[in-house]
Amino acid sequence: MIKTDILIIGAGPTGLFAVFEAGLLQLKCHLIDALPQPGGQCAEIYPKKPIYDIPGYPEVLAGELVDNLMEQIKPFQPGFTLGERAETIDKLDDGTFVVTTNKGTKHHAPIVAIAGGLGSFEPRKPLLDNLEKYEDNGVAYMIKEPEIYRGKKVLIAGGGDSALDWSIFLAEIADEVTLVHRRNEFRGALDSVEKVQHLKNEGKINLMTPSEVVALHGEKTLEKVTVKDTETSEEKEVAVDNFIPLFGLSPKLGPIGDWGLEIEKNAIKVDNSLDYQTNIPGIYAIGDVNTYPGKLKLILCGFHEATLMCQSAYQRIFPDKKYVMKYTTVGGVTGFDGSKKEAPKAVVKSID
Amino acid sequence: MSDIKIKIIDREGVSHEVDAPTDMNMNLMEVVRSYELAPEGTIGICGGMAMCASCQCYVLSDHQLPEKSDDEEAMLSEAFFVKENSRLGCQIHMTDDLDGLEVELAPAED
Repeated sequence: MIKTDILIIGAGPTGLFAVFEAGLLQLKCHLIDALPQPGGQCAEIYPKKPIYDIPGYPEVLAGELVDNLMEQIKPFQPGFTLGERAETIDKLDDGTFVVTTNKGTKHHAPIVAIAGGLGSFEPRKPLLDNLEKYEDNGVAYMIKEPEIYRGKKVLIAGGGDSALDWSIFLAEIADEVTLVHRRNEFRGALDSVEKVQHLKNEGKINLMTPSEVVALHGEKTLEKVTVKDTETSEEKEVAVDNFIPLFGLSPKLGPIGDWGLEIEKNAIKVDNSLDYQTNIPGIYAIGDVNTYPGKLKLILCGFHEATLMCQSAYQRIFPDKKYVMKYTTVGGVTGFDGSKKEAPKAVVKSID
Repeated sequence: MSDIKIKIIDREGVSHEVDAPTDMNMNLMEVVRSYELAPEGTIGICGGMAMCASCQCYVLSDHQLPEKSDDEEAMLSEAFFVKENSRLGCQIHMTDDLDGLEVELAPAED
């Protein structure tokens, strides 16, 4: 069981900055995120896009902002459970919480801060009959162990980086790789597009464009798919062992929606007059995932909400302790790793 | 302040005639959100970067729309429920010549 002071669900910019504010109050944080890396949307969707409204940064790339935040919170040694989705929450008799992920990892904390953004990112599934029947029986939306495709006939659908990259990778492992995309053009790194072209010329990748998979067949496991040429409407059956649609990710509020929290407009209602606490005391919601009158889904608003949340969390954990907020310029930043940053002292010396 | 009239059929099939400002740098997705014609969180998820298809709509009138960018083209090629007249609302900016535009919101993905 992982133990911490504040368990943060969502490692986007708001969740990351909460680690800093908590650290100033000597509170430890642990973050859970469904994505394999921290940064949330900034890292997953638009790392190379500029943001212009972070105070003090006339322009910063989303990916850079995440790198900076990671650097800023490093002294506070946050823990991470990445690639796992927070699934259930249990309130213990002493008022603390246990959050369990879809992989069974348990986290225990007196405070839970949901900084889940738009929700956890789930693969987009194509609209095909019987799709569910073949899930784990030939259909997969993510490639976890490439080895299981050794000697298999694999069909990948999609036109982005992951479809290109996995086609390239599996061309060496699988018996047959077919790449199906609705257009002739692919959107990916130039290098990957050229590599696929090369492998196609060598006969190592069977390219079907502009086409799409329109039907799945097979007794119990997937045996073949119907691929339709989107220009001529001609249909063709292709024998496959595996079908891997890679159509990107889309966010879903997911299991958090069933935690008994008050939900409005696909977001969690919080008390914005005080501390961004939800209807369940001890559970807060900060950043894009919450809603209140006048809410704006901006990173800078998430930072503010994270700050107030931490103050409230401190008082909840230590109801009897007296505390006033201290400026970092005055108090410096003392990390849990023993590091100390502080303003240089002025010299007091007479001039002859 | 200048407004144009736009007809938007929501995902329930209800038609709305709304005023859209042309001087606020707004796009069609934002107009839909400003009138709350689709629930928050089901439209404009990526914020308007043509990186999701939650604002997909079908253009019903024969207005001359700006050409699709590569990004929009690529996104629509991976979206669901795509038709000939599909566009991403976030890529359609409100200008005077779009007065009388008629669109229908595509179903939400799920």
